[in-house]
Amino acid sequence: MSQQILENLSNFLPETVLTATLCVAILLNLIFRKNPKLIAYVALAGVVLSGYLVTKQIGMSQLLFSGMVVVDPFAVFFKLLVTLTSVLIMLFSVFSSEVLATVKRMGEYFALLVALTLGMYLMVGATNLLMMVLAMELTSLSSYILAGYTKEAPDSSEASLKYIIYGALSSGLMLYGVSIIFGLTGATDVFGVNRALAAGQTSYIALLIATILILAGFGYKISAVPFHFWTPDVYEGAPVTITAFLSVASKAAGFAMMIRFFYMTFTVAGTVPEGVWVALQGFEWNKIIAILSVLTMTLGNLVAVWQDNMKRLLAYSSIAHAGYMLMGVVVLSDKGLAAVLIYFVVYLFMNLGAFYVVMLVANKTGSEDINSYKGLGYRAPLVGVAMVIFFISLTGLPPTAGFIGKLFLFVALLDAKWIWLAIVGALNSVVSLYYYVRVIRNMFLRDPEGDSSPIQFSKAQVVLLLALLVPTLLFGLYYAPIVDFANASVLMFRPQ
Amino acid sequence: MELHVLGVGILTWLTFLPVVGMIAILMLPKENRSAVKWTAVAVTFLQLVLSVLIYMKFNRTMPGINSAESMQFVERLNWIDIASTSWFGRIHIEYFMGIDGLSAPMVLLTALISFIAVFASWNIEKAFKGYMAMLLLLDTGMMGVFVSLDFFLFYVFWEVMLLPMYFLIGVWGGPRREYAAIKFFLYTLLGSVLMLLAMIALYFSVVITDPATGEKLHTFNMLAMMNAANFEPGSLLYGASTYWRYLAYIGLFIGFAIKVPIFPFHTWLPDAHVEAPTAISVILAGVLLKMGTYGLLRVSYPMFPEIATATAWYLAILAFINIVYGALCAMAQKDFKKLIAYSSISHMGIVLLGMAAMNTQGMLGAVFQMFNHGTITAMLFLIVGVLYDRAHTRDIDAFGGLALTMPKYTGIMTVAFFAALGLPGLSGFISEAFVFLGAFQVDKLRVITIASTLGIVLTAAYMLWTLQRVFLGQPNEKWAKLPDINPVETFTLVPLAVIILVLGIYPSFMLDMMTTSLNHLVDIVAKGGAVVAVIP
Repeated sequence: MSQQILENLSNFLPETVLTATLCVAILLNLIFRKNPKLIAYVALAGVVLSGYLVTKQIGMSQLLFSGMVVVDPFAVFFKLLVTLTSVLIMLFSVFSSEVLATVKRMGEYFALLVALTLGMYLMVGATNLLMMVLAMELTSLSSYILAGYTKEAPDSSEASLKYIIYGALSSGLMLYGVSIIFGLTGATDVFGVNRALAAGQTSYIALLIATILILAGFGYKISAVPFHFWTPDVYEGAPVTITAFLSVASKAAGFAMMIRFFYMTFTVAGTVPEGVWVALQGFEWNKIIAILSVLTMTLGNLVAVWQDNMKRLLAYSSIAHAGYMLMGVVVLSDKGLAAVLIYFVVYLFMNLGAFYVVMLVANKTGSEDINSYKGLGYRAPLVGVAMVIFFISLTGLPPTAGFIGKLFLFVALLDAKWIWLAIVGALNSVVSLYYYVRVIRNMFLRDPEGDSSPIQFSKAQVVLLLALLVPTLLFGLYYAPIVDFANASVLMFRPQ
Repeated sequence: MELHVLGVGILTWLTFLPVVGMIAILMLPKENRSAVKWTAVAVTFLQLVLSVLIYMKFNRTMPGINSAESMQFVERLNWIDIASTSWFGRIHIEYFMGIDGLSAPMVLLTALISFIAVFASWNIEKAFKGYMAMLLLLDTGMMGVFVSLDFFLFYVFWEVMLLPMYFLIGVWGGPRREYAAIKFFLYTLLGSVLMLLAMIALYFSVVITDPATGEKLHTFNMLAMMNAANFEPGSLLYGASTYWRYLAYIGLFIGFAIKVPIFPFHTWLPDAHVEAPTAISVILAGVLLKMGTYGLLRVSYPMFPEIATATAWYLAILAFINIVYGALCAMAQKDFKKLIAYSSISHMGIVLLGMAAMNTQGMLGAVFQMFNHGTITAMLFLIVGVLYDRAHTRDIDAFGGLALTMPKYTGIMTVAFFAALGLPGLSGFISEAFVFLGAFQVDKLRVITIASTLGIVLTAAYMLWTLQRVFLGQPNEKWAKLPDINPVETFTLVPLAVIILVLGIYPSFMLDMMTTSLNHLVDIVAKGGAVVAVIP
């Protein structure tokens, strides 16, 4: 037993490194109170190191700790995604006036970012229902604190409180659902549950209720309608950096966990051609997700049209994007999963880019209101043009990366003959154009109000902007690498 | 037939020269207005020279359309190649360009109109550098659409045009520019997402064998999509006249119809035209509208011949509505520019009628009308621009007797007006005559054709009435001191007038290029249309 744990630990190195980093960061924070920047560097180094260790796990497929977590290409993909987001957010934070304003507490900020990353690592690898709930709690608890980090601002505390209340409710519901599943099947690991369900004799109604309850937990993490109510308020109140982190990494981890749960428990194992999944007989859960997807993207896009605060606008836009990505989960094929993974890579760059611009502008003008963007394109041309490209990419127009994301989603849908869903998705991207263009209009079609002096940014800030901008354009024109990587990463561990 | 300049294919040059120019312009200092201007002139002039070179080297006996061997100036490179997995076939997208008798006239038109548009932008005040950069990016998008033979590439260029157009209307347009710009953007995107879905459906239905490896693969190659034998049995779009094929056809049709624009998708056009600056109206009417009909001929007709044949009558009805409704609307306008915008809708209806005929005369007339409408309407918009620059109003009733104060201007204008109403001896007449000749031969279109000739009478009526109100009659004291057209304006108008006149007298200069290809297209559609009864 102990021999086995020791063996498994070697495959658990990235998580171990993160845990160690977390402990060291907390200790350093106590010792070097005067120099909180040190903790930032330690945290960054720890995350980079664990990311490096994750790259060593590419191609591995192994169950760890008696089936609690798994290391497989699917998990590795999402771990890398989370790591990249985490690193970028830490770099953003160095430029964020919100974070720098409270330099004393910076140590805990970075320590919590590490904890958040650790929670997400565990989420994407969890194969046991209890592990899933625990990993989700770890991420949630860290993000509650981070959302309220700028406690001087009243809406930040409000955001944090709302987040906790919704979070507590949905994780409670999810736990309840898990307990029903356990009652029905007598297992907590996804493979055991799957075997028990495949054997039949499970009450359909009970299973449906349990699924919907569990969906409340996942839906809350990925902010799918109708579990999205916290999103706009939290996104608006939290510091921009945290909002950006939640909108990408948290969503990615939520999706990874959800896909693993549904595809591992509620599909038929074996005897189906490769690349195709078959829902458990009589339980077409993917139709529930299809409805969820339509609701999520439509509501996200329609409500975004009325938003005047950039963070709220991007919050609703991120809800809409969750809806698009859910389309890839619906189709029950590896093509669909690959499309979701491709979309996440693309989404990382374009969405973080948009949030980064919001942060840069807020640093200089102190406002996140859409009206403060008037004439911005003339005051800061590079940032204006970058924002246009990020938004065009979010809309899904070529030659940007966003188009590739949408393209592969539609490819998967049409291949599986989900044509009505593809049409709904396509029409939704037309609606989304309207609110993205509202911002573009303010930046370029309107003249500045009041202050019209040029806005300058430091070299480092521009470099970071280009680091997000270049992939957004480049992957639109040459996307073979991300497609290759995503295709190789849809593999999920499944015991024979 | 291949042509390389400095080791790079001529079509690549044609397409990407403007982008090179754009980058150069972006690097120039903002204050140096004339450097920006002359860079744009140089780039578009080079593009024009290259297109004239194509005109001279073009082999008029090669049909093109669905055979890669008889496409000309072909450039074919691997763009994206993703190895297959067990559950996802190899993804293979080519950088595939080439032209035939259908696209060559459009390439010429694009180069010509872009060159003229740069001169028509001489007086733009606001953010001149940004304006020229956007204009050149738009140029790349337009040229790319006409030379692409890979659907994916085609789609990318198609969408690349949207953003520059949005900015050109939205930043440099008239008072209601924001509304017009977003309306244009949303409308066109709506059409293109439907086109995207149809494109993906086609991709999954077509299977070809890679000659290099013998591997079966899906493809975006347009020419492969035109061959019914390439459709995989059991795939979504396999067969003839199926429900899914109709759905895909309608998706494509809406995408193209919005661009043309075909009634009832036309409402963005008057807004966009009225608000856009002169040069952009010229491009919009001169080139962008042609993309819709070009798309129908390049994509919808050869890929869905049986549906195109079956729905020809409905297309003719839409053509009739466009012709007559457009003309009636034009007649009711008080705004000079809006009048020209509605006349465009009417004239594009004639293109549609020729396409619905599906015989050589009709098709030839349609494509020739596309070219002629490009030149004639470009002239008309330039003429309105000249007047608006001086008087700052476009109200037709505000003018009168301008022939006295601006004789040269009136002379040139008369050529354009008479060309638009189809006076024999000018190019518009030839194409309209061909269209009506072609459509009249088709039994079931005969009544519609006869009814559509009403449009010609109406066009003559509103054109002559406008001529009378603006240029003849009592001179308005207010405009007595308007200067006549200046050399730059003359330079933009005269070449177009010459082309209109020359093609009116000797249309073979252009018809020669198109005949072989269009005959071939008519054959393809006729053969494909006859298949209906064979496959269920």
